Amino acid sequence: MSTDAVPGVVAVLLVSAVTLGIGTWGLRVSRTTSDFFVASRTVHPRLNASAIGGEYLSAASFLGVAGLLLVGGAEMLWYPVGWTAGYLVLLVLVAAPLRRSGAYTLPDFAEARLGSKAVRAACSLLVVGVGWLYLLPQFEGAGITLEATIDAPEWAGPLIVGTVVLVNVAAGGMRSITFVQAFQYWLKLTALLVPAMVLLAVWWDDGRPPAAAPDHWSVPVSGGGAIGLYATYSLILATFLGTMGLPHVVVRFYTNPDGRGARRTTLVVLALLGLFYVWPPVYAGLGRIYGKDLVAEGRSDVLVLDLPRLMVPGVGGDVLTGLVTAGAFAAFLSTASGLAIAVSGVLTQDVTTPLLGRRLGRPAAGVPAFRISAVAAVVVPVVVSLVVPNVGVAVSVGLAFAVAASTFCPLLVLGIWWHGLTDVGAVAGLAAGGLGSGGAAVLTVTGAIPSGWGGALLSQPAAWSTPLAFVVMVVVSLWTADRAPAHARRFLVRLHTPEALDASPGT
Amino acid sequence: MSEVPQRVRVTGPPRQRALGQRSRVGDVTEQTPLGGVYLRSLLREQLALAVRVLATVGVTVVALPLVFHLVPSLSEVRVLGLPLAWVLLGGVVYPFLLLLGWRYVRRAERNERVFADLVRGEAEDEGAP
Repeated sequence: MSTDAVPGVVAVLLVSAVTLGIGTWGLRVSRTTSDFFVASRTVHPRLNASAIGGEYLSAASFLGVAGLLLVGGAEMLWYPVGWTAGYLVLLVLVAAPLRRSGAYTLPDFAEARLGSKAVRAACSLLVVGVGWLYLLPQFEGAGITLEATIDAPEWAGPLIVGTVVLVNVAAGGMRSITFVQAFQYWLKLTALLVPAMVLLAVWWDDGRPPAAAPDHWSVPVSGGGAIGLYATYSLILATFLGTMGLPHVVVRFYTNPDGRGARRTTLVVLALLGLFYVWPPVYAGLGRIYGKDLVAEGRSDVLVLDLPRLMVPGVGGDVLTGLVTAGAFAAFLSTASGLAIAVSGVLTQDVTTPLLGRRLGRPAAGVPAFRISAVAAVVVPVVVSLVVPNVGVAVSVGLAFAVAASTFCPLLVLGIWWHGLTDVGAVAGLAAGGLGSGGAAVLTVTGAIPSGWGGALLSQPAAWSTPLAFVVMVVVSLWTADRAPAHARRFLVRLHTPEALDASPGT
Repeated sequence: MSEVPQRVRVTGPPRQRALGQRSRVGDVTEQTPLGGVYLRSLLREQLALAVRVLATVGVTVVALPLVFHLVPSLSEVRVLGLPLAWVLLGGVVYPFLLLLGWRYVRRAERNERVFADLVRGEAEDEGAP
């Protein structure tokens, strides 16, 4: 087993070294607080889109999708499709206005739009909650991967990934992270694409054996009649609408130079994600031919990592294994870094800066406060992932999407397109959606769910919790219409007016 | 469709602005009733555009589970030796979403250009001595 571990060890060391290297290089150009948070808003759409892609394609995309497809077949294709289509929804509903709002984070947007500290606090709480819920599976996945590829103890993965992320985030903030993330998108694509090409060639040489798959493999709906249909549509709703509410995605939109840049960035993201997501089905198809044991043993999560050795013997298989391991490791690092940035950004503004200021008796400097926040943002989920038994990568990620779709999606959509939203309405909607989907998430994770309709409603809550949040937000806002902020219309003007008008009104 | 000839505003070459002239930009940012009318029209245009794109996704991509549920025999269909659902959701859907996004960006930017021209052009007509 010791020689088997060599390609994995080399890959992990290399990815960590390069990530830290680019991060340190970024440190030289990262000086002010604005640099730390949003890269001073000067990131080109192509670079920014690569960074979003790098940040977004997590362990769930790199390892999870292929494993889900191997077992579940076409119904699981809704995960990658929804994760991509989420950006189209984001593009048409929020991209440009969100950038023009000029806020750093989601709580900033909520406060600027509604002029209420209570809404801000509720949003901060949700950002940290969703962020930690999403960080947890990244660290757990890292443990599983290192265990599978280099036989490391399960605690090693979370510790290594956590350390690299913390050093990187605390050292350079978002500017260096932008370069790191962009690099990691291309690394992940290469690490998935090149082995897939080689494996396809091997399959062709073998005389193209057909995949032996059960019938349900070619049906894009969950089984079980109406319940299956409900579960599929709930998943579609959660992924299509949840993307815009993920804190690490939203924070990236503030780094665009203007609203137009935000739209163009999103468009490039759509292309980059499509380019990536056509490959996991290839692994699933080949897995049905060469990796049947993985299904039987319930180890479908490691399909991408194991398939090269199953199909290519000797050194070739080792090199390809090293490559996919590097990609998987990049996936943990980049998503965890993006989430850590988003969570620490919120913690800095709402917790550590006020606290430090009180202790010092004067306004605290931004950068030390950010570094303290980064430690909290990373250490909490690492400790939880070490203490709590595995929840399952796909389950946690799916629930994070459902919570985001039930809270931030209605807040953003109504905040951007409807001047009648009030602070009371927003808090009520966030509470209804957050408690509904969050409660269902807790029950699902603890395993206290019944079978049949009850189980479907709890394990896939988005189809009822998202409309609930929208309805509560609108009804309570109408009820408290006199509380609508006086500046609401003026704010909407700013969100929807092209920057060209502000910049040069006379020409 | 955009190909249908639309009303085009024909104006002369840009003129030097006289002092004291003001464009409608102020109306938009200061929320005068006229500025409100302009902005509401832009907002309605952009929202209608967004809804159209989402409706297109709805009747094409999002309808697929329902279609496969109602017509189970579709799962037997094969394209190039692959099951139909895999071809659609594993490949074709991505360029389709990109195409929708690309068309959206073009039209949204055109709406903004028309709005900007309207707001600025108004000032030139009115401000002529």
